[in-house]
Amino acid sequence: MVARGQSKAPIKIGMPTILSGRVAQIGISSRNAAQMAVDDFNAAGGLDGRMIELVVRDSKGKPDEAARVVRELINSDACTIILDAEASSASFAVQEVVRETGHLCIHTVSETSSLSADSKIRTANAFRAARQGIHDSSFAGKYAAEIAKAQGLKRWMICSPDYAYGRDTSGEFLEYLKIFEPSVELAGETWPKLFAADYTENITKILQVKPQALYTCLYGGDLVTFIDQGNLYDLFAQANVFAVNMADYTTLREIKKLPKGIHSANRYLTTFPATKANAEWGERYRKKYDVLPINWSWENAVGMQFLTEAMKKTGSDDGKVLAQALRGMVIESPFGADGKITMRAEDQTIVGYAIGWGTTIPTQPYVTDMQAADWGFIVEREAEWKKRKGYA
Amino acid sequence: MNLDALLDCVAASSCLATQISAGLIIGMLLFLVACGLTLIFGVLGVINFTHGSFYMMGAYIALTTFQTTGSYALAVLASTLGVALFGVIFERFFMARVYGADVLMQLLVCYAFILILDDMAKIVWGADFRAMGMPEAFVLPPLRVAGGFLPPFYLFLAAVTVAIAITLGVVIAKTRFGKIVRAAAANRQMVGVLGINTALLYAAVFALGSALAGIAGALAAPVRSVVPGMGFSILIESFIVTVIGGMGSIAGAFVASILVGITRSFGSIGFPLFTDGTMFVFMALVLLIKPTGLFGRRPG
Repeated sequence: MVARGQSKAPIKIGMPTILSGRVAQIGISSRNAAQMAVDDFNAAGGLDGRMIELVVRDSKGKPDEAARVVRELINSDACTIILDAEASSASFAVQEVVRETGHLCIHTVSETSSLSADSKIRTANAFRAARQGIHDSSFAGKYAAEIAKAQGLKRWMICSPDYAYGRDTSGEFLEYLKIFEPSVELAGETWPKLFAADYTENITKILQVKPQALYTCLYGGDLVTFIDQGNLYDLFAQANVFAVNMADYTTLREIKKLPKGIHSANRYLTTFPATKANAEWGERYRKKYDVLPINWSWENAVGMQFLTEAMKKTGSDDGKVLAQALRGMVIESPFGADGKITMRAEDQTIVGYAIGWGTTIPTQPYVTDMQAADWGFIVEREAEWKKRKGYA
Repeated sequence: MNLDALLDCVAASSCLATQISAGLIIGMLLFLVACGLTLIFGVLGVINFTHGSFYMMGAYIALTTFQTTGSYALAVLASTLGVALFGVIFERFFMARVYGADVLMQLLVCYAFILILDDMAKIVWGADFRAMGMPEAFVLPPLRVAGGFLPPFYLFLAAVTVAIAITLGVVIAKTRFGKIVRAAAANRQMVGVLGINTALLYAAVFALGSALAGIAGALAAPVRSVVPGMGFSILIESFIVTVIGGMGSIAGAFVASILVGITRSFGSIGFPLFTDGTMFVFMALVLLIKPTGLFGRRPG
């Protein structure tokens, strides 16, 4: 006998993401977290007995394929909502598809600020539940400037991946570093290719330049390789390193000899924010998938939570109704700086999520002495940046 | 372009020592992969596009063996033998069927195996990157040579590669097997007519070439992320080395590997935004001057 709730049509949410290739961990961690949130929602009875069905498709991270996959999710799979777990380049393609179809979309991975900051790119039916480059960069610049001031770090160098994300993020970091500590100078830069196998030439160049501090936004396997190869040259004893993407468990756990004292922002840590709710969520995820969550996990959990909260609030799964409810919505969240995250109405992006920088230690919890960002400061810097860019 | 930095580097012994050693290190791994590729091409006349995947297999086998036994020596041995064995199976059951076929058919077989091996790696080891970590014996501070830095593991890597290059050179030049290989490279049909078991020869050469890729993967595993698809980028660079050195020439592959490594190493100082490009410019210059590559010979 079929239960009453099971006979109701499911609410289909389509998720285009990357499930193959070097950054398949984006898709795997995104899908895991979204599915965990869906399971919670369904276990609690769904939306008046209607269950959510998550339909996940691999785009391989290619923009044209992502656009095709989204159309397929909408037209063939009858998905009414898109949870876009694509990296930035493909997210922009997804944005154009949903702009045309009018489907509700929540971007959960892209950190490129312009996706929601630029009114020419923004669209009323698309939201972002992911960190944003400008939020991270402004606080990173302030944090690094304070250390530069205290330790007299004048000569800086950049070693970041040679594509839009690497160049933009490094540029924004340097801009804020110079605003808060004008005496720093860029002594050198080296731009390894994305997914480079060998960083020897970059490391030896850093050794030649002899910077006092090094900034890198390498991530994942690339960062692990860079650290492993840098260890061979004793690089981390010769320069202060600021690695924005270090504090994520796949990276921290794969590095066999994690150097002490590398500065990193939190991507995802079960110990930051240091709350019971965050630790419990991390443990629940670990138990379910036998792996610790990472940055994209919490972002997708937040994206899905916004959707389910909006459904509960409105009693509807209609995209337009949900979009109206999402604008300005505040949710209780383990990942909030003060236990809450807001979907800011003006640009439909999240604010108030936990941002902090700390330093690495070789064993768990891997990153200590976390300094939490003040969101008043971030919002002020963001407003100035928007004016400079002509977005405001 | 930063020619001032390049000139400063050339004038400073510490920079010169570090960049030359870095160039040699980059070149050594390239040589191990490229010489297997060129050996197979020289004797069998086929370009084994799956060669990068063999390198990946070597890295994964080393990772698993090292994590299971804790012995790096065993990890290198397991990779060498494991990939050699797979190379023989691949050659006998698949490549042997397309030797006489159109090059597109050979390419199709190789490409299919690249996809299959990448997917197999995902199924067995997962889609995420893995890191092996440095064997305890090499967890040492870098040596200081003329004011520059030289990590002990890279010294080991270079020593192993040079030993392999010398051994290969001696085997090819001085042994009966080497004579047959050289004869087959010159005229495959004639070797068969003289009563040499060419099927066995081809399998042996494929095993040797594959073993070299396996060793390269095992030597790379402690310092590179092990991930499905990792063979692709090294395959491209190995082709460049093979073309510069001359298709089928092991000596050419050795010299070209070092030259490419040095070009990249100094290119990162003088042309930081065009480091990869320097490699292609170098290849173009060599081909303009000597279209068959540095050590290549015109067919026939």
